[in-house]
Amino acid sequence: MNIIVCIKRVPDTADADISIDKSGKDIDKSGLAFDLNEWDNYAIEEAIQLKEKLGGTVTVFSLGGEDSNESLRKCLAMGADEALRLFDPAFVDGDGYATAKVLAEAIRTRPYDLILTGTQAEDDGYGQVGVVMAEMLGIPHVSIVNRIEVQDKKVKAHRELEGGLEEVVEVDLPALLTIQTGINEPRYVSIMGIRKVAKKEIKALGASDLNLKPEEVGLSGSNIQLEKVFLPPVGEGAEMLEGKPEEIAQKVFDILKDKGGVA
Amino acid sequence: MKEIIVVAEHRRGELRDVTWEMLSKGRDLSESLGGELSVALLGKDVKNMAEALKPKANRVLLIEDHRLEFYNSESYEKVLTQLITERKPLLTMIGHTATGMDFAPSLAAHLKIPLATDCIGIEPKDETFALTRQIYGGKINAAVSFLKPSPQYMVTVRAGAFPAVEKPPLSGEIVSLPSPLTDEGLARRFLEYVEAAAGEVDITQADILIAIGRGIKDAENIPMVKELADSVGGVLACSRPVVDKKWLPKGCQVGTSGKTVKPKVYIAIGISGAFQHVAGMKGSGTIIAINKDPKAPIFGVAQYGIVADLFKIVPVIKDKIKELKK
Repeated sequence: MNIIVCIKRVPDTADADISIDKSGKDIDKSGLAFDLNEWDNYAIEEAIQLKEKLGGTVTVFSLGGEDSNESLRKCLAMGADEALRLFDPAFVDGDGYATAKVLAEAIRTRPYDLILTGTQAEDDGYGQVGVVMAEMLGIPHVSIVNRIEVQDKKVKAHRELEGGLEEVVEVDLPALLTIQTGINEPRYVSIMGIRKVAKKEIKALGASDLNLKPEEVGLSGSNIQLEKVFLPPVGEGAEMLEGKPEEIAQKVFDILKDKGGVA
Repeated sequence: MKEIIVVAEHRRGELRDVTWEMLSKGRDLSESLGGELSVALLGKDVKNMAEALKPKANRVLLIEDHRLEFYNSESYEKVLTQLITERKPLLTMIGHTATGMDFAPSLAAHLKIPLATDCIGIEPKDETFALTRQIYGGKINAAVSFLKPSPQYMVTVRAGAFPAVEKPPLSGEIVSLPSPLTDEGLARRFLEYVEAAAGEVDITQADILIAIGRGIKDAENIPMVKELADSVGGVLACSRPVVDKKWLPKGCQVGTSGKTVKPKVYIAIGISGAFQHVAGMKGSGTIIAINKDPKAPIFGVAQYGIVADLFKIVPVIKDKIKELKK
């Protein structure tokens, strides 16, 4: 089973206090930690578990500058066999569609049975790169997958729907699956593990290597462009409970008594 | 004629809320553009749904086929490719849901129609549309535009982003269209629906829910919150990251892919308030949020907010309540 996984390095904004940068088109990323996109972490783990069970190879692709090597190396440390980085000045500012085009061209000529991507990225949240890639490669896809069972030349996959419902489908290989968080328990990568793969070559490919014209990729190859970013309107907002911890605790108890019927 | 087509979403015999929301927004858009609103309904024996949709649009484009009994991305793509190629709508609206996320991107790529996903704002602007999306997990909004003018556009619409407003009924006609599907085999086949395993406690029945999120950091910290819940006769619930890490069972999850709850009091601890979570708890009687980030979106939906380190404030609240209840 030869598996390709597409990953992205993103800023970790879940717990961060973020602000808008001077351009007004993005957040100020200077103080932020970066890591592998959460959905992709589950995708690479799933690929490695399948490889451990069924044999074969895991190849990882990422579109991004040299910084992305850090995330690719993490994937190698987790057990991927090969990592490739796709970068070209022409790729910059591409939307989900333009990103899918670059990845599809890089993957097209390689042998694979299965392609895994995350369902979406933590930063731009398009939720479309995997599904568009499948269309470009002419293979079937299943999105938002939270369980995989490989059978003979096909995969049985559970899709996560709303309200705790799942849809079970089977799909012929080769196929592309977009992976939902929670499908597995991603392994921990130690500093030692990263060091072991520090010398492994990560090949970089540009637009000309992939026979892509600059106008087909990046911003000019995109469907949409970002005009500006702003903080979401907060609406009425909450009444803030302030004071000493004991005073706040008293107020919480009063609310529970008043609104929740706690005696 | 400028036509807007809303693709109706339904599952297990019921139209989903996002359909009514898109029709409401689609009506505003078609009226301001001087166009017409159509709704595409794909399914098997769905005439009752077509009747229900009639007053909400100028026409119901009905495609019935026994092969459309269950949603399938490949069948949807075939049917909608034919429909959109023939009718050339200015705008096609699809839900940004488990279903819409599954077929809209490939359909748009196949038809070479520019697509903007997960929109929370859509306004006509100079022959095109000005869009609003959220990035960085809902912490930032982005004003977005289509890069180039196009005769056709497509958007996926976030569930809950637009209210389904009651409007004077339209005299929608039902137009039955032939299905292009054949018995030719599909590469992807629907097998069955399965329900996620039910939890030991039904969180939808609780009067008081104490919910934890990513901020709880470790499974070891959960007993502290459980103790607080027990002391007020409440039940422990959580947001998605806690279930993903297997710290609490799926039955405890509040949100789009979990349960929708309406307790009397909901205390959100270390939950930032991503829209998927908020969708499942915004109907609660009173919401108290505890978060160390004063900009956390959860404070926009809560009635009471506490900006604090949960590890410092929760033990104090727990002890205080125990003391007061004595």
